[in-house]
Amino acid sequence: MANEEPLLRIRDVRVHYTSVRGVYKVVDGVGFDVMRDEVLGIAGESGCGKSTLVEGLLRLIVPPGKIASGEAVSSDLTAGITNNCDLLSLSDEEYRQLRWKSISYIPQGSMHSLNPVMKIEDQIIDAMLTHETMPKQAAKTRVAELLGIVGLSPAVAGLYPHELSGGMKQRAIIAAAIALKPKLVIADEPTTALDVTIQKLVLQTLMRVKREIGCTIMVVSHDMPVHAQIADRLVIMYAGRVMEVGPVVGIFDDPLHPYSQGLIATIPSIAQERRRLAGIPGASPSPLAWPAGCRFHPRCKQAMAICQDVEPAVVEVRPGRYVACHLFGVLRGMS
Amino acid sequence: MTTPPLLEITNLSKVFVTGRGIAGRSEIRAVDDISFTLPGDKATLLTMVGESGSGKTTITRNILGLVTPTSGAIRYKGKDIFTMTRPEWEQYRKEVQVVFQDPYGTYNPFYKIDRVLQVPIRKFRLATTKTEEQRIIEEALRAVELRPADIIGRYPHQLSGGERQRIMLARIYLMRPQLILADEPVSMIDVSLRAAFLNILLRFEQEYGMSCIFITHDLAVGYYLGGRILILCQGRIVEMGDMDAVVREPKHPYSQLLIASVPPPNPKDRWAETEIRAGELRRSADLYRGCIYRDRCPQAMPKCGDAPPQMVKMTENHEVACYLY
Repeated sequence: MANEEPLLRIRDVRVHYTSVRGVYKVVDGVGFDVMRDEVLGIAGESGCGKSTLVEGLLRLIVPPGKIASGEAVSSDLTAGITNNCDLLSLSDEEYRQLRWKSISYIPQGSMHSLNPVMKIEDQIIDAMLTHETMPKQAAKTRVAELLGIVGLSPAVAGLYPHELSGGMKQRAIIAAAIALKPKLVIADEPTTALDVTIQKLVLQTLMRVKREIGCTIMVVSHDMPVHAQIADRLVIMYAGRVMEVGPVVGIFDDPLHPYSQGLIATIPSIAQERRRLAGIPGASPSPLAWPAGCRFHPRCKQAMAICQDVEPAVVEVRPGRYVACHLFGVLRGMS
Repeated sequence: MTTPPLLEITNLSKVFVTGRGIAGRSEIRAVDDISFTLPGDKATLLTMVGESGSGKTTITRNILGLVTPTSGAIRYKGKDIFTMTRPEWEQYRKEVQVVFQDPYGTYNPFYKIDRVLQVPIRKFRLATTKTEEQRIIEEALRAVELRPADIIGRYPHQLSGGERQRIMLARIYLMRPQLILADEPVSMIDVSLRAAFLNILLRFEQEYGMSCIFITHDLAVGYYLGGRILILCQGRIVEMGDMDAVVREPKHPYSQLLIASVPPPNPKDRWAETEIRAGELRRSADLYRGCIYRDRCPQAMPKCGDAPPQMVKMTENHEVACYLY
């Protein structure tokens, strides 16, 4: 994997919001690669900046928010539209041409944003015709195919949103998102607020969609078991920064960053003997004033003197395993 | 003389009527003929698990007296809560305390946090002097692993969701209730802060003998707490018993589906690919006549439509309402 060209290379992305109280540095220097055909999970608790990061990548940040710095480079996603490969510096019109065709987005709670007075079919066709020139009849045929991919009966095309259950609506949204065979699908909390039985159905639908249309998927979720089920690799964020990146099996088996360790140790499970969970003491800091040094140090059991002053960089400590923690810097320095 | 049960719920039903007018009347049985008891001789923990629409919140609201049941009875220490005298009701209100789901909505943003702790102290005369009041408040905050200096004098918006939910537990600690009703108390707080809340609840049960009805949609959280479990499906109890017995060997097809749907937090233990069934909304017109789950049940039989199945004892601590048994 080391030499493989990533689909998307994200570097030093910062999304800041200005308010009368100061600058909220919600996403503050995030970088990682998105590989081709992978399911990349973005994990982290509320306020870590995971949703804001994808909104930044999708260029959906509106004032007083702004992308303060960074780049997100992909020659694949911009191919055929422009020679500029940096998603963050494209003009609005250029970016508009990418939407739905190259990158599609399933926002959090989007199943509640279906138009209540339009049939499912018309809503999907509407989106398709906005982003691609095609005969309406072809779009209609495509809708039937799409519904099949997400496991819905073709009859759903003629129904209105209120006639569908939550799981059906969410699958209709997925069908719409993949209508133009995007290369990258970004799903923000796709199963939050769904019942567990429906959650399983929706996650399995996403996996099937990936296989059928061959896309890369980024899934943002606070729910670690969701990542365990569907992600290939995982990015763990905390306080607007990346703490750890690596293959999901590696991170669950042997989390390197103390925050990842805490996060994984705190997941209750019915699959094993009941054991006492500890949680992580303290609370997440405010984006208005992140702690100096490592942002996790006030809650970290293994904090050292250096952690209070110097912010650790993300380094590759083993092939494919990236972590931002001085514990590894110190170890490396000694050897 | 034997101790009466702490809480005894018999054949509780709550029916909401919707759609009056030309569309005709339709009724929703949010809670449908539910019975269970919490023993009076020792503190116990009961987790109610169910998906949205299973009636778990309506049961809580009934127990709190916020809604009147359509039929059935709720007895607390042998007394029907709806026919209690005023002093009995006051006592009940003191002995039964609640934690709601939303750590943001339960606080009045204009008052300092202190107030939610002062009000019960004054109402139930737990302190005689200001100094004593202050002392009790600080003790309660320490009991829920918060530092009084971090909390006293602050406003709700200055605290995290996890801290606010723990302040609700501090309030409960002050009152030393017999029964805590916790309605999805951790669903809106971060995972790293959940354990602290759940551990305090367990300590309250063990050290202070407070029983608890814990309501959740998250089976893994319920399993962590242990005790007994009650699985609800569209207003009815489908299975009930010892947490371990039910989670390890669920009997009802609905419980089996529910347990199989909990994602294992282990990437090496992934779900097998199953055929995604075309989702169809089938709903029998006479839904309530038979088993509530029969339309979705892979093992449904003709008799499932005849009458609701009664609870059958599988073992001493495990009951199920299904015609398969």
